[in-house]
This record gives sequence, structure tokens and C-alpha cells, in this order.
Amino acid sequence: METIILFAPLVGALIAGFGWRITGERAAMWITTGLLFLACAFSWIVFLTHDGVTEQIQIMRWIESGTLSTDWSIRLDRLTAIMLIVVTTVSALVHLYSMGYMDHDANFKEGEVYKPRFFAYLSFFTFAMLMLVTSDNLVQMFFGWEGVGVASYLLIGFYYKKPSANAAAMKAFIVNRVGDFGFALGIFGLFFLVDSVRLDDIFAAAPEIAETQLTFLWTEWNAANLIAFLLFVGAMGKSAQLILHTWLPDAMEGPTPVSALIHAATMVTAGVFLVCRMSPLMEFAPEAMAFVTFLGATTAFFAATVGLVQNDIKRVIAYSTCSQLGYMFVAAGVGVYSVAMFHLFTHAFFKAMLFLGAGSVIHGMHHEQDMRNYGGLRKKLPYTFWAMMIGTLAITGVGIPLTGWIGFAGFASKDAVIESAYVGSQGGYAFWMLVIAALFTSFYSWRLIFLTFFGEARGDKHTHEHAHESPTVMLVPLGVLAVGSVLAGAIWYSSFFGKTNEVVKFFGGEYTEPAPELVEAVAERSPKASELHYVMASAPGEAAIYIAPENTVLHEAHYVPTWVKLSPFVAMLIGLGVAYLFYIVNPALPRQLAESQRPLYLFLLNKWYFDEIYDFLFVRSAKALGRFLWKRGDGATIDGAIDGLSMGVVPFFTRLAGRAQSGYIFTYAFAMVVGIAVLITWMTLFGGAR
Amino acid sequence: MIQSDLAVILPEIVIAVYAMLALIGAVYTAKDGLASLLVWTTAGLFTLVALWIATSGSTTTEAFGGMFINDGFARFSKVMILISAAAVLVMSQEYMARRGILRFEYPILIALSAVGMMMMVSAGDLMSLYMGLELQSLALYVVASLRRDSAISTEAGLKYFVLGALSSGLLLYGASLTYGFAGTTLFSGIIEAAGEGQASLGLLFGLVFMAAGLAFKVSAVPFHMWTPDVYEGSPTPVTAFFATAPKVAAMAMFARLMFEAFGGVVGDWQQVVAMLSVLSMFLGAVAAIGQTNIKRLMAYSSIAHMGYALMGLAAGTQFGVQALLIYMAIYVTMNVGTFAFILSMERDGQPVTDIASLNMFSKVEPGRALAMLVLLFSLAGVPPLVGFFGKLYVLRAAYEGGLAWLAIAGVIASVIGAFYYLRIVFFMYFGEERDDTLDAGTSPVLYGFLSLSAIAMVVGVINLFGIEGAAAAAAATLVP
Repeated sequence: METIILFAPLVGALIAGFGWRITGERAAMWITTGLLFLACAFSWIVFLTHDGVTEQIQIMRWIESGTLSTDWSIRLDRLTAIMLIVVTTVSALVHLYSMGYMDHDANFKEGEVYKPRFFAYLSFFTFAMLMLVTSDNLVQMFFGWEGVGVASYLLIGFYYKKPSANAAAMKAFIVNRVGDFGFALGIFGLFFLVDSVRLDDIFAAAPEIAETQLTFLWTEWNAANLIAFLLFVGAMGKSAQLILHTWLPDAMEGPTPVSALIHAATMVTAGVFLVCRMSPLMEFAPEAMAFVTFLGATTAFFAATVGLVQNDIKRVIAYSTCSQLGYMFVAAGVGVYSVAMFHLFTHAFFKAMLFLGAGSVIHGMHHEQDMRNYGGLRKKLPYTFWAMMIGTLAITGVGIPLTGWIGFAGFASKDAVIESAYVGSQGGYAFWMLVIAALFTSFYSWRLIFLTFFGEARGDKHTHEHAHESPTVMLVPLGVLAVGSVLAGAIWYSSFFGKTNEVVKFFGGEYTEPAPELVEAVAERSPKASELHYVMASAPGEAAIYIAPENTVLHEAHYVPTWVKLSPFVAMLIGLGVAYLFYIVNPALPRQLAESQRPLYLFLLNKWYFDEIYDFLFVRSAKALGRFLWKRGDGATIDGAIDGLSMGVVPFFTRLAGRAQSGYIFTYAFAMVVGIAVLITWMTLFGGAR
Repeated sequence: MIQSDLAVILPEIVIAVYAMLALIGAVYTAKDGLASLLVWTTAGLFTLVALWIATSGSTTTEAFGGMFINDGFARFSKVMILISAAAVLVMSQEYMARRGILRFEYPILIALSAVGMMMMVSAGDLMSLYMGLELQSLALYVVASLRRDSAISTEAGLKYFVLGALSSGLLLYGASLTYGFAGTTLFSGIIEAAGEGQASLGLLFGLVFMAAGLAFKVSAVPFHMWTPDVYEGSPTPVTAFFATAPKVAAMAMFARLMFEAFGGVVGDWQQVVAMLSVLSMFLGAVAAIGQTNIKRLMAYSSIAHMGYALMGLAAGTQFGVQALLIYMAIYVTMNVGTFAFILSMERDGQPVTDIASLNMFSKVEPGRALAMLVLLFSLAGVPPLVGFFGKLYVLRAAYEGGLAWLAIAGVIASVIGAFYYLRIVFFMYFGEERDDTLDAGTSPVLYGFLSLSAIAMVVGVINLFGIEGAAAAAAATLVP
């Protein structure tokens, strides 16, 4: 069954990509979508019947060279099972949605066949993503990692006639190269240390790696920290964390279903998945994890601030994604991998829905993406409106405070992240960044809703008159995702963020009584959390995630002060209130504020000037170097030398040879005699006779 | 005693007796009327003898007190010589018949020269070496001027004869010097006299003079000057013959003389051969660029190719000899195909050798143009065609033999040389439209050889038709 899940999308991609001439356009679309729904159904069966024990299903022997032995096999454990349902569910729904969304695309001329290609790319992406999440070793994971990169490149640049789309595709690919370089170095480092790329071997060796010192870039490092950092660099690229985040907003050039699938629900979470997957190693790398926490918190804050002022509906959601990924990394960084996965899981539903909802709005508004030209669409797009409302309630974290789980999906998972961050950072930087980000999240999410669906209709009148609700194939996915956005948090709350024993069991591990000293230490640190009953007993790699016995963040997070538990809710209310004030009560206020705080506004509008700085530092200098090597190096020096030789020197000798060929025997005989004289002389002077 | 000797040289005797009987028979009967038949029977006989030799076991036997050696190396070379000679004969029949120059002496002279060549590659003594060489050369002097009513053809024959005599003189002078210093003409005796490491100055003089004589036969620079004139002047089938079998024979004889008579003093002759090699490669490449006549171009091409083959010899190792044999086998195959193309170049029934006439030939005959393209790419040594592997072998041999500079020079020369091959491709595919395009080829024989050769260049990359192992075995008998 796992094999079918993995290969159904590949088969679909091949049929749609190469066989659509035979099957026809519509059949290719239905085949890919049908296969994805099949994979999705199987994934749910696998997830619900999975007992948490790690299984390995070998597909084939792949690479064997020296001591490197790499199988192609499926590693099925709880992490994989979670990712399987996330990937296949969203992908299946996006396939279905695309049938409506991609119908009649203005970017292609009448008669141009583009839909099978789109569906083939989508299915290929799904296959690569499944390769990534099911991988049993790092090489296989890297294959999937690069596969999704390629698919992302192809899909961002799907409108290849638009220069901006091509530029965005290239940007995504190149920025990811930087991250992948780190990831590859991490894999090399692990192979160097463990002499294996199999996850089992690596996890088993993790305690040993933590004791090892490694020289890298002329400096001694702790091997576990170094490797964890390098792997995280890979995760930074894929998950658009600060420094390597610039590609994600530009990736919105792709069709909206792509944004929902790749740039919200699945591919961008691969980095979080990687960190969780490597948790047995990460647990031994405290400094690296502190960095992960710091960077995640900073990204969450940074992206939320930028999201405040964006006007393009998709860019707002893109920055929101970037910010939410920061949340996940904070959770992973403080050592609650289950919470990171929880937020990944719920985020997949509500963010995919927000994107698909935004796509529905864009579709209904004839590909208008600027929110300033929306307004009052509630009546025109009622279903979309309610879907977006549910998505917004989920992302902003609406629920009944202090219950923990009664609320929308985002409420459960986001509060879990913030509470864990409070414990993990001892109420410090990460916690405050996330709370402020939660406020901003609430603001920009409601701003989106208010600008789009409430108030007066703005912009082109004609467009508004023709605004229409989307077809059923687009609304069904919204409905399904709405169910997930409402319920996913509540249902799986205890599995991801329950008592330590529940979580450990869910992820297939064993638990045991903690050591008395540990209980004392915890009780001393936070008296409320003195009742520590269980810690994880499994060795690294035995369960899907590894939580070191000393890591009690998951336990302590349940006993944080009440004001901490209330803080995200309060932040959400403030955000909502301000948004209501700005965009419903007094729509003139935002402009006034922007005028009065112009430098700040511009700073945010221009995304903290990251693109400009990168353009100056890297793009221009690389181009200048390239131009120098091209014009001076290749053009003038190499081509010049070759041209000089081939146009000047060689013809000279050709003429000389031609002149020597006089046609007279005496010349020829003379040449022979001279030849023998030279040979004899050469021999006598330099040859063996010397 | 004499019987066992004769048994060793039985293949040579068979061809020689056949040649004489055919001569008598033709003179007393229909003369030129028999020519076509004789061409076919000679080619058939060559093929049969080649098969016979190829399957005659793997022992090394000697005859006439070591003057004649029949070993794996000799057999490998003989099979190459006979097969290529047979191929050229078959290709030339129709061409010569249509132009009225198909004399009955032609196949007989070729048969005699083949006997000479077989003698050359089996020679184990300076005297048998010279005998084989002269038998071969005399026959070739005559066929070069086969077109007796053409000034250019007779000029070619005369030039070849005079310069060939000079080279024979050089060779004989070297041989007598060697005899003087070694006291014997047997290779096995000379190698003892030369000793290990360093030979005496007199022997070295003898070596260099003999090398010069042999360099003339393989048309290595600076003893190459006859080649373009003779190639151009001779009837095209004869040119095709010059470019194939005699080159193999001379190269094999060169290798045998160097290793069997002077194998102990490799360091002494290595420099000389390397010098000949590098000069040939560069001159062949550079001078061919200026040519407008395809036959002259092929002359320079063969000079360059001999430079590469000599690179294998210069390595002075067993692997070098293997590389040399593989290179020669590939070279001969490519040249048979290329000359099959050149033989079919005609306009209004008249042969054409101007390269410019090939402009847009791909429009006239896409199939033949494509085959020629493959051959030209292979001649230039473009991967993945077989010609590339030939070059790869000799380059590797030179590098492993400690002549890295020679290998680098070879690569540079091959880059220069690629120009004139690719220029023909350019003419055929991207040239300017002309009114006076060539006729479509009519001869199925030529088409067959052309396409076979081209296909071999592509298919051969799989395992080089197993020639690798055979060449290795042959090389092992020469260089222990």
C-alpha cells in the first residue's frame, strides 16, 4: 500500500506528461487527480492504522559504491504517516481545485495545451515530496529534496511567457541552492563521521557524534552542533527562513493552486520535517537548536511585520506562511518536535485553504490580485467568504482560552508553540517575538478579510460587476479543508501536545519514570510542573522523534503561568480590534499612519530591503564577476588567443607548408636529406648516444 | 627441412603462384577482357587467405633460419592487409572499368605487392625485410602510373619511384651500417649486439637511416613530401590502396624492426620516433587546411594519422604496440569508407575531387552525406565514434610510456586537424547552393562499403568488434 501511495503520483505524472496526446487532455487531468485521491485514501488508512512502530519497506537496492550502500526504501513511522496525509490530502484537493482554476488561462492562447503539463508537474511534485518524506536515508531524502526543488521551479515558472515568472522561478531555484549546499555538506559530514547515510545508523551514532570534534573551515567544532547547523541551513532554504527567505514571496508568480500546495502546505514545511526527522541528532546539538529557535522567532516576527503592509493578496499569505514556518522552527528548536509537527499539520489545512480561497477570489475577480481593488465581495462570493473566514479564524487562533484545545486548528497548535517557547526560552526573546507575531498575524489576516469582503467595492467597476463565485470543483476542496481547519487541532491535540506519555506513545516510543534528580530539578525550576511522571525511554532512532530524558519542555509547557496562556489570545484580540478600527470604522486611518510613519512604512513595504541588499551584495557582484570573466577572461583572453592562433598562426604554417610542396623532386629529396641530417644530429646530441 | 620452411610461407606462396599463373593466363588469352574477373578472383583469394591466416592457430613459427617469422603480430597485420586490399580491389573495379583503365595487370600487381607486404611484416632479417619492401614498392610504382596516357599519373609514378629509390638507398645504407657493427643481419643477432640500455654509435646511425627509410614508407614528416603529389596524381582507386594496406605493412614492419632488432635500446629510438610522430601530426593537420582537392587532403590526413600511430610506437611498450595495431585497424576501416565516398564523387560521369563541389551535398543525397559525416567525425576523433577510441588508445599509451608532452601535442594537433574534416561537413550541410552539384551515386558496391564503414564507426563503440583482445595478443608476441 505504501508503495502504491509513493508511485501513484509518478505514474500519473508520466501518463499526463508524456501520454496526454494519447489519452486526451481531460483524461490526463482525471487520471492524475484520480490517482492522487487513491494515494490520499491509502494514506489515511496507513495513518489511522499505524501503530507507531517503525517499518522499513525496501523497494530496491540503489547505490552501492565502496562503503556507501544506499537502498531505496520507505521508512514508515509516525512522522512519515503524518506527512503522507498532509501531502496527499492537500495535493489531491489541489488537483481537483486546479481543474476549475486552470480552465481558460489568459496566459495561454486559445488552443495551446497547457493543462496536462500542469497536472504532470503537480503529480511529479507530489511524487518527489513523498520520496522526501518516506526516505530511509539521506541520499534518498536529498533526491526528493531536489525533486521538489525542480518541481517548484517548473511550477513557479509555469507561465513561462511572463519574464517575472521566469525570474521568480530562477530565484527560487538559486536561493535554494545555497541551502542545499549546506544540506549536502551536512550529509557529507554525517557520511564522514558515521560511514553510512542510513538514518538508523546515524541515529544510533548520534550520542557518539555529540562527543566528536570536527575541524571545518580551520576551526574545531562539536560535530553534532556543526552537522545540525548544516542540515538546518538546508532547512532554511527550503522553508524560507530569514536570510534565505527571499524566494518565497516571489514564488507567488506561480498559479495559485501551486502556491497552496507547494508554498504553503507541503514543500516549505520540508525543512521543519527535516529538523524533526533528525531530532535524535538535534537533541545532542543544543547550540545549533538555540540558533534554530532564534532564527525561527526572528523570521516569525520579521515576516509578520512585512505582511502588515502588503497589498497583493497572495503576498500577504506568503509572508504569513513564512511567519508560521518560523513558529514551527521555534517549536522544533526548543525541543518539542511533536508540537512543530502539530503546527505543520494544522497549518497545512488552514494555509492551503487560505491560498485556495485567495485563488477563488482571484478567479472570481478576473485575476486581479491587489486587495485595494477588492471590497464588499462578501455577497458576490459567499462560499469563498466563509471558507476564508474559517481559515482566518484558524490562523489567528480563535478558541476558548485556557481550555487548550477547544477552538480552531490554529488555536491549539499555535498556543502550544507559544507555551513551549515560553518554557524553552525561559520567557525570553523567542516567546515575545512569537506573541508579537501573533498580534501582527491577527492584524494582517483580518485586514485581508476586511479589505476583500467588507466595505465598499473599490477598483474597476466592470470587474466587480462580473465577479462570480467559483465552480464546484473549486469549492469542494475549500469545504474539505475547512473541516480540517476546524477540527484538526482539537482531534489530535493530545497526540501532539498531550501528556508526555501520550505523545511518546503516539510517535511509537517507550516511556518510563524519570530519574528522581530530574524531577527535583524540574520542580525547582517551575514549581507548578512538579508532577513529572514520564520521560521518553527509547534510544535515539527507535521512535519517530527523539526527546532526550532531560528535555522536559513538553511537560513544563502545560504548566506555564496563566498570563502566558492568555497572551496569544489577547494578542489576537488586539490585532482584530486594530484591524476593525483601521478598515471598517475609519478606513482613512491606515493612510494617515503610513504618512506619519513614512520611513517605517517604506521599510516594511520593501520587506526590510532584503532584496535590495542581496541584489547589491550578491547579484550585482556575481554579475560583475561573470561579466569580467566573460568579456575579459573568455572573450578577450581565451577566444582572443584561440582566434589569434587559428586565424593567424595556423594559416601562416599552412601557407608555409603549401609553399614547401613545390612539386619538384629535388625539393622533396632535399627535405628528406635535411630530415635525416636533423635526426642524426638530434640523436647524437640528445638521444641515447649522449 | 625446406618443406617445413615452405609450409610456414604457404600463404605467400599461394598468392605469388596465383599472381604468376594469372599473369601468364591473361597474357595468352583475353588480356584486359579478363581484368574484371581477375579483380574479383584476386579479392576473393585475399579474403580466403585472410580467413585461413586468421584461423591458423596461435603458434609462433620461423622459417629459413629466422629470416621469416610467422607470429601473432604478423598474422594480425596480414589479415588487416589482405582484407583492406580486397576491399579496395572490389571498390575499384567499376570505377576503373568505366574509365577504361582497368588493365589486367592491376589485380596482379596488387597481388604481388600484397605478397611483398606479407613478407615485410614477417621479416626477421634485414635481407628478407628489404626483399619484401622492394617487392611491394616496385608493384606500387607501376600501379601509381597506371593511367599511362595521363601526364599527372605518370608524374606521380615517377616521383614515387625516384624518391622511393632514395629512401631504399637510405634504408640499405642503414642496413649495411647495422650489419657492419652487429655482424649479422638477423634481428635476433642485432638485438644481442645492441645490448641493453645503450647501443654503439654506429648501430644508432644504422638505426636512424633505416628509420628514415621506413618513415618514407609510412609517409612520416619530413619524408612525406611524395605523398600529396602521388595521392593526387594516381587514379583514385590506387590512392585508396596507397592509403590503406601499404601503410599497415610499413607500420607493422617499423614496429617489428624497432622491437625485435632494437628492443633493448628503446630509449635510443624513442626520441626519434616521437619526433617523427609530432612533426607528422602537426604538418598533417596544418597543411591539410590549405587543400582544395580531397585526395590531397586525404594525403595530409593520412600523414597526420600516421603521426598518431607512431605515437603508439614511440611509447615503446607492449600496450603501445597494441594501441598502434588498434589505431591502424580503425584507420584502415575509416579510409576504406572515405575512399568509397571519394570514388563515387562524380559529375556527368567524370570524377571530381574538388572539395567545393560538395556544397549542399546533403540535399543531393542525404544518406551518403550522413555516412560521410560520421566518417569525418570519426577521422577527426570526435567522441563517441570509434576514431576517438583509436586516438584515446595511442594517447594513453604515450602518456603511460612517459611521453606526456607527446600526448598533449597530439591533442592540440587533433584540435587543429578537426578543422578541415569539419569544414567538409560544413560544406555538405551548410554550404552555399550551387548549380553544378554532384551526381547521385550509382554503384551499390561503393554505397555498401561507405555505409558499412560508417555503421562500424557507430556500432564499434560497444566493444570495437573485439579487436582489442586480438591486438593485445598480437602485441604480446612482439613485445614480451
